[in-house]
Amino acid sequence: MTELRKRGAGGAGGGDPDSTENISDKEADGEDRLGLPSEGEGDLEGDSKADTPDVPPSSDSTPQCLNKALEGLSSRWKNWWIRGILSVTMIIGFFLIIYLGPLMLIFVVMSIQIKCFQEIITIGYRVYHSYELPWFRTLSWYFLICVNYFFYGETVADYFGALVQREEPLQFLVRYHRFISFALYLAGFCMFVLSLVKKHYRLQFYMFAWTHVTLLIVVTQSHLVIQNLFEGMIWFIVPISIVICNDIMAYLFGFFFGRTPLIKLSPKKTWEGFIGGFFSTVVFGFIFAYLLSQYQYFVCPVEYNSETNRFAVGCEPSDLFVMQEYTLPAVAQNILRWKTVNLYPFQIHSIALSTFGSLIGPFGGFFASGFKRAFKIKDFADTIPGHGGIMDRFDCQYLMATFVHVYIASFIRGPNPSKVLQQLLVLQPEQQLSIFNTLRNHLREKGMLPPAVLEQ
Amino acid sequence: YMFSCLLTQIANQPITRLQLNAFRPGSEAEDKIEKDGGASDSECKADTGVPEVPPPADDTPEVLNKALSGLSSRWKNWWVRGILTLAMIAFFFLIIYLGPMVLMMIVLCVQIKCFHEIITIGYSVYHSYHLPWFRTLSWYFLLCVNYFFYGETVTDYFFTLVQREEPLRILSKYHRFISFALYLSGFCMFVLSLVKKHYRLQFYMFGWTHVTLLIVVTQSHLIIHNLFEGMIWFIVPISCVICNDIMAYMFGFFFGRTPLIKLSPKKTWEGFIGGFFSTVVFGILFSYLMAGYRYFVCPVEFSNDSNSFTVDCEPSELFQLQDYTLPSVLESITGWTTVKLYPFQIHSIALSAFASIVGPFGGFFASGFKRAFKIKDFANTIPGHGGIMDRFDCQYLMATFVNVYIASFIRGPNPTKVIQQLLALRPDQQLHIYNSLKAHLTERGLLAALEEAA
Repeated sequence: MTELRKRGAGGAGGGDPDSTENISDKEADGEDRLGLPSEGEGDLEGDSKADTPDVPPSSDSTPQCLNKALEGLSSRWKNWWIRGILSVTMIIGFFLIIYLGPLMLIFVVMSIQIKCFQEIITIGYRVYHSYELPWFRTLSWYFLICVNYFFYGETVADYFGALVQREEPLQFLVRYHRFISFALYLAGFCMFVLSLVKKHYRLQFYMFAWTHVTLLIVVTQSHLVIQNLFEGMIWFIVPISIVICNDIMAYLFGFFFGRTPLIKLSPKKTWEGFIGGFFSTVVFGFIFAYLLSQYQYFVCPVEYNSETNRFAVGCEPSDLFVMQEYTLPAVAQNILRWKTVNLYPFQIHSIALSTFGSLIGPFGGFFASGFKRAFKIKDFADTIPGHGGIMDRFDCQYLMATFVHVYIASFIRGPNPSKVLQQLLVLQPEQQLSIFNTLRNHLREKGMLPPAVLEQ
Repeated sequence: YMFSCLLTQIANQPITRLQLNAFRPGSEAEDKIEKDGGASDSECKADTGVPEVPPPADDTPEVLNKALSGLSSRWKNWWVRGILTLAMIAFFFLIIYLGPMVLMMIVLCVQIKCFHEIITIGYSVYHSYHLPWFRTLSWYFLLCVNYFFYGETVTDYFFTLVQREEPLRILSKYHRFISFALYLSGFCMFVLSLVKKHYRLQFYMFGWTHVTLLIVVTQSHLIIHNLFEGMIWFIVPISCVICNDIMAYMFGFFFGRTPLIKLSPKKTWEGFIGGFFSTVVFGILFSYLMAGYRYFVCPVEFSNDSNSFTVDCEPSELFQLQDYTLPSVLESITGWTTVKLYPFQIHSIALSAFASIVGPFGGFFASGFKRAFKIKDFANTIPGHGGIMDRFDCQYLMATFVNVYIASFIRGPNPTKVIQQLLALRPDQQLHIYNSLKAHLTERGLLAALEEAA
């Protein structure tokens, strides 16, 4: 992704060192859906400065061994095989990371986020010839740390309530978290103002805006990904898999049956691919959700166990992941001759997720295509042989993380009980008493508590 | 092109609107934001090259000119500034008198106007008038983001009203989803509206719109939040910044000698320090005056019975006079042992200190921006003062600071909100919390008394 901009900035040797950096990202590309159109917005400032350059010829970075193995085949099938092998490799990498557990996933997400940020900022530096600006590199990293501190602090306070209550310094940090974050940010802001150098005002303001837009998108998305993860790893795995599947299926359908172009922005996309991808993704999502819903490892919210001081994924699966019987509508009954079918409710939700991933997700891809066309770039990079850059793979993931998060907040998750309890314990005693009475009356009405007269 | 930018700004600010902006207190922060939305202006000016500074036009109304024709130029300028300052302050108090509802409306209107101005500047600079859909899309995004923020506010503060009305309840339950869906349709429309020859411009405008939204709408939302805590949390911070501006100017005018920062050659250390001390004193006195009235001190609440905003309550501890023992130094000077103060006055010292010390950095930011793009003033809308943004650049950080301050030091969790969340839980979760709470209260000895009484 960044390779692109480096070339866009005038071809300053962005080639090999960065491609090796990006290849290492391969392992974690399942999580890497950061900084997609952010780079779009971020680049606006950048590329406005540099004139839109010519597209540099794409270098062939296919590893030698693959080349040898496939040299007998024709060009079309060779490309197909390369893409296939790389897809399989990426998917295996994805599952490996999942196996390693939630803590590892969080670290990987954070590393990717930092790497993306670094790449985007480096591009900005090059484009603005900003290497000699005083302080700016330091300030950009400082802002990244501040914003991450703010977001992860809020998450930690939410999910690690018990641990936080135990440790005194942590309690202090949590109580004044917003103030401390704001103070840190302000310090950075004041440093920026004080660092303004007479001849470079405009460049410095550009970089300031660039940094903030990048932060807004990169850090927000990674934060939402982590929150989805905490709900249960299934909420992390299934959406990503759906987008990957849609990509692959749309490509396959387009490859074999594609005839009618879909949108001027992306001439390679076809209606056949789009519709075929949609149906196959829904089916895939349905089946994959069924497979994953059976395991507590995927289904349970990630919790921090205060006794063992580690993450635990063990619980009583919620209603969503308990098999239920559904009566088939009469039409389906006639066809299949089954009256009822056993499904996990989550599978119904997976249909919604798949639909979104197939119908709206591609708009993220179109956005990236439009961006590439605006700046006359063919591919973001050539890091993944046959696939283009990392960003070409993740442009559809962009909206998925946000959608899943909003979906969970609106349809699945009620307020978190431990959070409510924490808030309760912080209130004034009179307020606690009044709430206690209200709650007691409410529970009595519902019959959960014996009526007053029997209580001793 | 730069001159056309400025002209557009001036043209878009007919005297009525600018007076509106100047006098409405909530406007200040938005206009301040507008200025920082000017960070995205940088894109605009980049394309057009950096032009020369156009000569400032003299906007002083004729009547003032006549009245002051006898005085020398320096004093004339001083009088013009003084009169305009008083006019702005008088209008500020008028709006406060009109009440919270009017204030909210005004904040909203000013926000919309600021957004309109920034987008118009972007349009004229990028020659984007002929881009299909874009004007519509920008306004649509503004509506979406406002819907999201105001929906969250309404859900918090008007909980009972919302629960009563069925359509409102559904809207509130699925609020995030609806907002996201609305935003997404805007996003998809944008993608579909990309026109072959104008891709780059369209992406620029998309980025511009989003940065502007981020700043303008967020700041106005925080101001409304502060307002709901109690109008005093709205009035005192803004007044502190205004006072600091005026006092720093006065001290600089009469005593100024040492320049403060290269960015703003007119600022002096004497002005800075004099402004700091006088603002702290002003803050203490002003909050003493305000803290005595319920109208300012009580959280703004929506009354179910009268279906209107009421500002009536038992003032919290923050606004009740308490005795403070003076440190011995002050005791010997003033001969008093204790002094009666509102605790709020102590907080006002923190607010004043922030306004005087950190607030000006917002001003330096704006000065740096002006210098980066070689502008002398943002506009000449207020005679003697420069543009609206020149007046509000220090307010920028104040709204956010007050909001963070309240959240961290003043306001604990809202009990009504906690009850709402409780009632939304599943019954078994409620029971679990009930038992935990019972154990907690029994430990503290609060419950035993209650059960004995029962």
